Amino acid sequence: MDNGKRQSVTVRVQINGETREAAVESRTLLAYFIRDTLGLTGTHVGCDTTSCGACTVLLDGVPVKSCTVLAVQAHGHQLETVEGLEQDGKLHPLQQAFWDNHGLQCGFCTPGMLMTALALVRQEPLADEETIRRAISGNLCRCTGYMNIVKAIRQAGRTVAQTQEV
Amino acid sequence: MAVEATEAQPLGKAVKRKEDPRLIRGQGRYLDDIVLPNMLYMALVRSPYAHARIRGIDVEEALKVPGVQAVLTGEDLAQMNLHWMPTLAGDKQMVLATGKVLFQYQEVAAVVADSRAAAEDAAQKVQVDYEPLPAVVDPFFALTPDAPILREDREEKSNHIWHWEVGDKEATDAALAGSPVRIKEVIRMPRVHPAPIEPCGCIADYQKATGKLTWYVTSQAPHAHRTVLAMVSGLPEHMIHVISPDVGGGFGNKVPVYPGYVCAVVLSLKLGRPVKWVETRTENIATTNFARDYHMTAEIGATEDGRVTALKVSTIADHGAFDAAADPTRFPAGLFSIVTGSYRFPVAFAEVDGVYTNKAPGGVAYRCSFRVTEASFLIERAMQTLALKLNMDPAELRRRNFIQPDEFPYQSALGWTYDSGNYESTLNKALALVDYDRLRQEQKERRERGELVGIGLSTFTEIVGAGPSHTFDILGIKMFDSCEIRVHPTGKVIARLGTRHQGQGHETTFAQIIAHELGLTASDVLIEEGDTDTAPYGLGTYASRSTPTAGGAAALAARRIRQKAQQIAAHLLEMAPEDVEWDGSQFVAKGLPSRRVSMAEVALAAYTNVPPGMEPGLEATYYYDPPNLTFPNGAYVAVVSIDRGTGQVRVERFVAVDDCGTVINPMVVEGQVHGGLTEGFGIAFMQEIAFDEDGNCLAPNFMEYLVPTALETPRWETDRTETPSPHHPIGAKGVGESPNVGSPAAFVNAVVDALSPYGVTNVDIPMFPWKIWEILKTHGLAL
Amino acid sequence: MFPNPFDYYAPETCDDVYALLHEHGYDAKVIAGGQSLLPMMKLRLAAPEVLVDVNNVADLRTMAVSDTGLRLGALTRHAEMERAQWPDYPLLSATAGHIADPIVRNRGTMGGSLAHADPAADWGAALLALDARVTLADAARSREVRLDDFFVDTFTTVLEPTELLTAIVIPAPPRESRPFGQYLKLERKVGDFAVVGVAVTASLDDAGRVVTAGIGLASVGPRPLKAQAAEALLVGQTLSPAVIREAAEAASQAADPVSDRRGSAEYKRTMVRVFVERGLAKIQADWELVNRASA
Ligand SMILES: Cc1cc2nc3c(=O)[nH]c(=O)nc-3n(C[C@H](O)[C@H](O)[C@H](O)COP(=O)(O)OP(=O)(O)OC[C@H]3O[C@@H](n4cnc5c(N)ncnc54)[C@H](O)[C@@H]3O)c2cc1C
Ligand code: FES
Ligand code: FES
Repeated sequence: MDNGKRQSVTVRVQINGETREAAVESRTLLAYFIRDTLGLTGTHVGCDTTSCGACTVLLDGVPVKSCTVLAVQAHGHQLETVEGLEQDGKLHPLQQAFWDNHGLQCGFCTPGMLMTALALVRQEPLADEETIRRAISGNLCRCTGYMNIVKAIRQAGRTVAQTQEV
Repeated sequence: MAVEATEAQPLGKAVKRKEDPRLIRGQGRYLDDIVLPNMLYMALVRSPYAHARIRGIDVEEALKVPGVQAVLTGEDLAQMNLHWMPTLAGDKQMVLATGKVLFQYQEVAAVVADSRAAAEDAAQKVQVDYEPLPAVVDPFFALTPDAPILREDREEKSNHIWHWEVGDKEATDAALAGSPVRIKEVIRMPRVHPAPIEPCGCIADYQKATGKLTWYVTSQAPHAHRTVLAMVSGLPEHMIHVISPDVGGGFGNKVPVYPGYVCAVVLSLKLGRPVKWVETRTENIATTNFARDYHMTAEIGATEDGRVTALKVSTIADHGAFDAAADPTRFPAGLFSIVTGSYRFPVAFAEVDGVYTNKAPGGVAYRCSFRVTEASFLIERAMQTLALKLNMDPAELRRRNFIQPDEFPYQSALGWTYDSGNYESTLNKALALVDYDRLRQEQKERRERGELVGIGLSTFTEIVGAGPSHTFDILGIKMFDSCEIRVHPTGKVIARLGTRHQGQGHETTFAQIIAHELGLTASDVLIEEGDTDTAPYGLGTYASRSTPTAGGAAALAARRIRQKAQQIAAHLLEMAPEDVEWDGSQFVAKGLPSRRVSMAEVALAAYTNVPPGMEPGLEATYYYDPPNLTFPNGAYVAVVSIDRGTGQVRVERFVAVDDCGTVINPMVVEGQVHGGLTEGFGIAFMQEIAFDEDGNCLAPNFMEYLVPTALETPRWETDRTETPSPHHPIGAKGVGESPNVGSPAAFVNAVVDALSPYGVTNVDIPMFPWKIWEILKTHGLAL
Repeated sequence: MFPNPFDYYAPETCDDVYALLHEHGYDAKVIAGGQSLLPMMKLRLAAPEVLVDVNNVADLRTMAVSDTGLRLGALTRHAEMERAQWPDYPLLSATAGHIADPIVRNRGTMGGSLAHADPAADWGAALLALDARVTLADAARSREVRLDDFFVDTFTTVLEPTELLTAIVIPAPPRESRPFGQYLKLERKVGDFAVVGVAVTASLDDAGRVVTAGIGLASVGPRPLKAQAAEALLVGQTLSPAVIREAAEAASQAADPVSDRRGSAEYKRTMVRVFVERGLAKIQADWELVNRASA
């Protein structure tokens, strides 16, 4: 990484398993790096105060609000976004469960919600309702009232737990 | 359990949404996802003052920022006579300020540059010299002679915008005077904002070579936007192509045309390059249309046994600096006259006065059919006060006053003809679900233990589906909606509508309606909305109008297809058309049920083998002008307890029984109810845009404008009754807004119920803990 | 949203950080979790010329438990504390779960929170209750400062622009006693800063007598406050309702809130009393539970 330069820091990340590299201004936020520079527009931006979570991605497996991380801070790290959920043409259990349970309406919060949920079901697939609600409390949704999101995460968690047992 | 879109006879089934596969993959295409070659980015310079004279604007430094292409000011626009634009309410609004700014964050200049960053850098460098003026924040003060006149552009030198009234004032006064029981309650619905998670934005792409403007915009009403843009810009309407891509929630926020849109269009026209503008959250909450801000006073007269005799309502409507409401032309206060609610008021009178203040302009119908939320809140709150005055159970009071099933169509005192309903059975269902009698018993016991527990009811009636052309228009355009259906040779269908969904599931529900009418499956029908070059004209999606209007159009266009199909079917069966009938999924020879043809067979024949003399093809368009509005209703019960230490309210239960007529997709209806209840909860407990005495907006972002997270949101218990609308083609009424309209009063009524033994009749929303605590303290209840 | 441009450095050792801070002085800002600094930079309320990212400095991430106490590197994230299972320091995980929201907690750091010195911050109150100290260092020296002496005013501490907060040191609870901790926060929703935050900790001996006590307050003064008089009232006492009430009253007297949209000064002061009462009552109940179990 070119320390110290205002313009054109080189940022190399592994995103959804793929290595991508680009030169950006040091002030570029990770959310815009992912959206504008890498062209992965599934990650959304919904606020200016780090409140909504629409921009949530996994940085080394941990959910972060990508609007409040500098792109250059992700240099050399692993990123996961909504685009990486589907594998070999098969929806991730979370995607399937959101679809089955009407866990989305306008879909704008959905990618961030899915990424937060992904970290949770990896860690605690059989989390109870209270735990799920707490885990997604940094992701705002204005459409669904959260009920079906919680339901979907529970269903996905059970699926994940079953596949883990096998 | 949800079913696949390949189910036959899909109407009424929980068909999984067809829009979801792209959205759950992050492949939705929202406005900010669109990138065009050579695109520029725009940022706006906004006023830090609520009221100030502009002495001068210096753009020198801004123009020096690398990458900046142009800076636009109000004076530049004035030279093109574009510095003002009409609002949907018939007022006008500044695009970029000239002379004075009238609210904090008002648009003052637009900067366009090669990148977002450069545009923001340059916007920061535009120097504006302001002379601050005293701000008018309180609408009551605005009406006094001491208040400065805000709108110097108007002939009328007053901050009063309009007076609107309905009903019989004299008869109402007389009935009130003659009523043995009377109540009066001052009820305030503060300023709130729909705040969808996707903010507003647009890309204006003017191609000099073709003279065509393509305008991508976060719009709930693309056709109306095109018409307004044609009127404002002078571009011919057919040379404007409006595309509303996936919309990340709207709730009324994306109905109006905003100054930023006009600036982007002007700059694209000027520079011949695409210009993108996406507002920040602060811009969204602080400047795009707010909702509510009604200061209401209700008076009800009643007999001693609790029969209502009269309702009188007066209201001050704070519209901010410009009346930018998105109401139908003849209704400056929207459908506020539904204020008599579900009750048999023999006489009523309502009046509303619109007022200018130094605040952002508005207001829109936030998940609400034009001021119906205000009306429902008022009557449901006032009925609570009346129940307290009569010392009567609020459920019993409602029963005594409900419009009865055999009275429909019911003519209300303020002029509406209610289509249908069975209010008592809806209420009974809700009461049974919460086990009302046991709850009251428990409440008694808990009260004896010193607990503060309350049960609140709301048995509201909505009015949606604007509306019939004899009464409803916006800027003169009648409020019908439309659907065009094309059945292709293999029996697959594309249908286009004039509406634009923002999460309501139209791609699924409208496909269900059409598929059901045509004997197909929802997966056979592709719904397209939001493209003015392809879709027939329509007024858009808001005010719960899509299903009542466009849904009606879809059913009737499909029936038109079926009429022609019947003739083709008869031709294929070698029978006379009158000897062929539709059995709900196929055409069948009367009396010979084994002889049948499917819609797919008919479709193929429509292009290969039509009866002699018949025009080939299988298409239909329907412009549906509804004969009346629809009147969804519901009965909600909230159970709350109050922490006497902190004033925090806990919602222990919330039961919602809705009646939206025929249900197209129960899963989608339930989802709409969950979402609407959550917004109603936010409005009751935390959402408010407040101002200080200088007109500074105190809640311009999600740190201060509080919307509920999963943790605060109660668990909703929902159910339905189904009273079809007699005049709608499939009996549907619309549901998107009912929960938001009906629930705030239930929450407040529950809190008031908890505190009523101590003489409390009203609590202002949002019911922050400190407010409740102040009441507890006053009544010696605080721990 | 774009911050103003800045030069970016991501050194890997404390010495390199000191050198950069020394070179750039007031023009430089340390970035740790970035959950306070970046939001301000995005809104252009802060515009440092130079950003020194300390996330790659391994020394700032260490955690060490010893007989005398706990030493936490400045980069300890809120979420790590939320998950931490240290029976001797129950207040840490009790507090962490109340900060911001779960995603912000994955990034935000304890050192950043203290250095930022928001009077509403939750760590300020909790760590004052625990009598914590912070280590501040630059190229020339390293000093340990009691947290009560570290906070000066709203967003102001004794940190010099050239100094780095490197660690937080929390003294171990006294031997022969069992520590308890409660964090009570009134927030309007998840992600809201405290309207009032109260951290209560106490170590109780086998007889239920308070050996040490700590009470810290958030959002009721120009800086996080330590309710010393109330703490003193508790030491040597058993937590009877009368003692609890007296201490709660004293703590509310220590509060110095202002009236605003989140409530009147009187309301906030009262919430301090209510929360201290509830926190101590819970501690007493927890103690009784443990005692009964071991009896
Ligand atoms: C939506 C939201 C809600 C929040 N709610 C809460 C809440 O309820 N309670 C709460 O307590 N906090 C809350 N926060 C703040 C959050 O806890 C921050 O993480 C914390 O205040 C700052 O820590 P940081 O590591 O992110 O610091 P940064 O943002 O990186 O830095 C903050 C300041 O401290 C300085 N600094 C950082 N580390 C050091 C160091 N080691 N030495 C010297 N100076 C340093 C920086 O230069 C900067 O001035 C919230 C934040 C957000 C975005
Ligand atoms: S965009 Fe809202 S938290 Fe990142
Ligand atoms: S689905 Fe629209 S914001 Fe969540």
